[in-house]
Amino acid sequence: MSEQVVTQPGGESPAPDEDRRDWAGTWRQITESSGLVVAMAIFAALVIAGLLVILVDPDVQEAAGYFFSRPGDTFAAAWEAVSSVYGAIFQGAVLNFDSSTFAGTIKPFTQTLTMATPLIFAGLGLGIGFRAGMFNIGAQGQLLIGATVGAYIGFAWHLPFPLHLALAVLGTAVGGALWGFIPGILKAKTGAHEVIVTIMLNYVALNLVAYLLTLEAFLPPGQTNPKSPIVDESAQYPLLLGSQFNLHWGFILALLCAWGVWWLMERSTLGFEFRAAGANARAARTAGMNVTKTTILVMVVAGALAGLAGSAPVLGTEKALTDQTAGSLGFDAITVALLGRSRPLGTVFAAILFGGLQAAGPTLQTVAGLRPDIVYVIQALVVLFIAAPPLVRTMFRLPVPAHEKEVAA
Amino acid sequence: MKLELQGITKKFGDFTANDAIDLVVQPGTVHALLGENGAGKSTLMNVLFGLYDADGGQILLDDEPRVFAGPGDAMDAGIGMVHQHFMLVPVFTVAESVMLGNEDVTGPAKLLDLNAARAKVKELSDRFGFAIDPDAVIEDLSVGAQQRVEIIKALSRDAQILILDEPTAVLTPQETDELLDIVGQLRDAGTAVVLITHKLREVKAIADDITVIRRGKVVGTAEPTASQEELASLMVGRDVSMTVAKDAADPGDPMLQVHNLTVVDGVTEITLLDGVTFEIRAGEILAVAGVQGNGQTELAEAIAGLTPTDAGHVTLDGEDITGHSIRKVLDAGVGFVPEDRTEDGIVANFTIINNLILDIYDRAPYSTRGTLNGKVLVDNAEKQVENFDVRTTSINALTGSLSGGNQQKVVLARELSRDLKLLIASQPTRGLDVGSIEFVHKRIIEERDNGAAVLIVSSELDEVYALADRIAVMYHGRIVDIVPPDTDRDTLGLMMAGAHKEEEAA
Repeated sequence: MSEQVVTQPGGESPAPDEDRRDWAGTWRQITESSGLVVAMAIFAALVIAGLLVILVDPDVQEAAGYFFSRPGDTFAAAWEAVSSVYGAIFQGAVLNFDSSTFAGTIKPFTQTLTMATPLIFAGLGLGIGFRAGMFNIGAQGQLLIGATVGAYIGFAWHLPFPLHLALAVLGTAVGGALWGFIPGILKAKTGAHEVIVTIMLNYVALNLVAYLLTLEAFLPPGQTNPKSPIVDESAQYPLLLGSQFNLHWGFILALLCAWGVWWLMERSTLGFEFRAAGANARAARTAGMNVTKTTILVMVVAGALAGLAGSAPVLGTEKALTDQTAGSLGFDAITVALLGRSRPLGTVFAAILFGGLQAAGPTLQTVAGLRPDIVYVIQALVVLFIAAPPLVRTMFRLPVPAHEKEVAA
Repeated sequence: MKLELQGITKKFGDFTANDAIDLVVQPGTVHALLGENGAGKSTLMNVLFGLYDADGGQILLDDEPRVFAGPGDAMDAGIGMVHQHFMLVPVFTVAESVMLGNEDVTGPAKLLDLNAARAKVKELSDRFGFAIDPDAVIEDLSVGAQQRVEIIKALSRDAQILILDEPTAVLTPQETDELLDIVGQLRDAGTAVVLITHKLREVKAIADDITVIRRGKVVGTAEPTASQEELASLMVGRDVSMTVAKDAADPGDPMLQVHNLTVVDGVTEITLLDGVTFEIRAGEILAVAGVQGNGQTELAEAIAGLTPTDAGHVTLDGEDITGHSIRKVLDAGVGFVPEDRTEDGIVANFTIINNLILDIYDRAPYSTRGTLNGKVLVDNAEKQVENFDVRTTSINALTGSLSGGNQQKVVLARELSRDLKLLIASQPTRGLDVGSIEFVHKRIIEERDNGAAVLIVSSELDEVYALADRIAVMYHGRIVDIVPPDTDRDTLGLMMAGAHKEEEAA
């Protein structure tokens, strides 16, 4: 290699660029890990979670007490513990063979897709940001503001069906876009780091919503519970598969958005600018791109998608705004975007995986009588392994990708 | 100490970087290891320094076979290496840097013995005339001075064999001369010096023996008396001309007029460009010579619209483009080859296809109504890769994986794919090997012959001579003078140091 990287006295490149590059390197390493590594990470997470299940299972502990006289009992108990947990997860997230009706059998999977819907929206937005070099941690706040605007349009305005829904959905996007625009313009004009600004704006959004839910305009008459009125039926996503299932048209909209994001990033000139600015802002600027504009636009688009994620609860499942609307969606979506390697298709699959784990929680508790915490353990382990591709590669003896190899002479 | 390498072989997967290389370096001589980028020079030295394990062959020091497990072993055995990328901690002082990895301690508390390190730096600095202050902080030093610190560091461990990896790649002509002086002194003091380089002038100036490596094999040895052409063809494997044949310029109307252009740094308020005035006519190459940091970079960037100007005018083909955004300047018919290729010229993580459209992606036929035309992009990339002889396995390869020369060909291919009125190229062949330099120079001259005005900024006098129809010399943000291309090296050198011809005569 002949490139000369020399510590120039006085350092010509401004600090924000350096900073961006360091972050970018780390994120790039994570997001560009191969699909195989992702699959292996999920596998490893399931195996280790299984071991944890075995360790804490009372039957296994009891059988282990006489391991040396009858080791078979321990293994049988361990198998029993693991299979009951993963069986319950399958039953809660994919198919329920205990049900006598077809609808009952497939209901868990429709529930998974319902849970996945907001994660797809928000994960897509975050993925765009990551690829454009913007580390947007603010999906939570953008989602909340979007949900607030959408819910308000939903319960305060009264319009005929398709129009009302369209406006409410648009409202969630606009609310999120606004909340994304703030860190975007601050970064572009003053260099304020988007990580800090978006984290802080999450708190602002959360407290703003808590405050709004004390106002008469946001509460049903005579109520003080922090829960808005139910949005009009004309502003709700219609159910996709009839009244037996919760799955609504928001899921289809999320898939359309995934296609749209793919087109934006891979086919459009705007996405080309996004990617160029993310991969090398200086080269993008030298090539005549307006990096200031790109920075703002990326945050606006990412915010709009996070805002749309807010439409899933307020216009789809819960149909009202509460101070719990966002849950941990905005943060789970970061994991989803990472797991999906910031690509639309990957994000959809990752969101379905996480949606499934969340859908399985209640089943674990009610059907198998197990603590649902194991689901969070699995999620956390997946994140852990995804964040350390070299660890996974070492564990499974996968080859090192060519671009990370030492380059000869 | 005599160094001998016998049959050194090093493979990376299927790729043989070093193939049974033999090399003998006698004490008190300078042995030049000459080869193009990627020929396997650095790999060989990394094997010697214990950074890579050889797959075959052995290393002998004074006829005794040695095996080095790592750089520590090699240093203990008396081998010192100055890497192309300096291995210094920017916030350390010179004395701290020199002792790093070999710290002396003093007293019962085992405190670092900085005084000993200072004394060592001072002694070596005085002996060889390095002029290095032991208490200076690394990041405040010039590149040349940092390199001298690396040399002091090696010498402070009693290195009897000193390996210099592409030492002049980052130096100005003056610093290069100083370095060559130092190398001469080290040789006279009995050190065996291995000089890795692809610059023929230096080899001829200082080397006692020359070994040429091509594609991992020794392809020949040469005497320093061999001509540059002979050395170059050994290195490249075919005949190369050191100066590209070019016809006399046939200048037309003035294309670029720069009047009183001034740039002041917004933060430090230092005047970087001080009332620069010149013009370039169509079909003419003006080369700007000067020691780096005298305003050449700012001149190129100010004309391109990357650096805001504080006074003056830039006129392109009669149209005032002062203060226009880079976007508008490019659209007006300017091609810009930036000085820092990897930072400003390409997106390393983009494919060749995408880098070839980095500044034309939003115009026909590359895109229509905001949509990229995939087929056109692929056709464009295939055509350009062939026209510009970009050596790559695929147009889908990441541009960052290409050699410097091939990256530069990608940048040139992109910039020359438009109809240009003006081509601005800063350090167009920096870090490139002989074969690529020849190619790049040919293309630039072709562009001139097609009627474009060309502005070249180069700190390599060889390049200035090879390309220029007129030479502008810059010093402290001003143009000292514009002289014809047959001005001799000494006169240019004096002008680059700020001396004006007339003043001298006076």
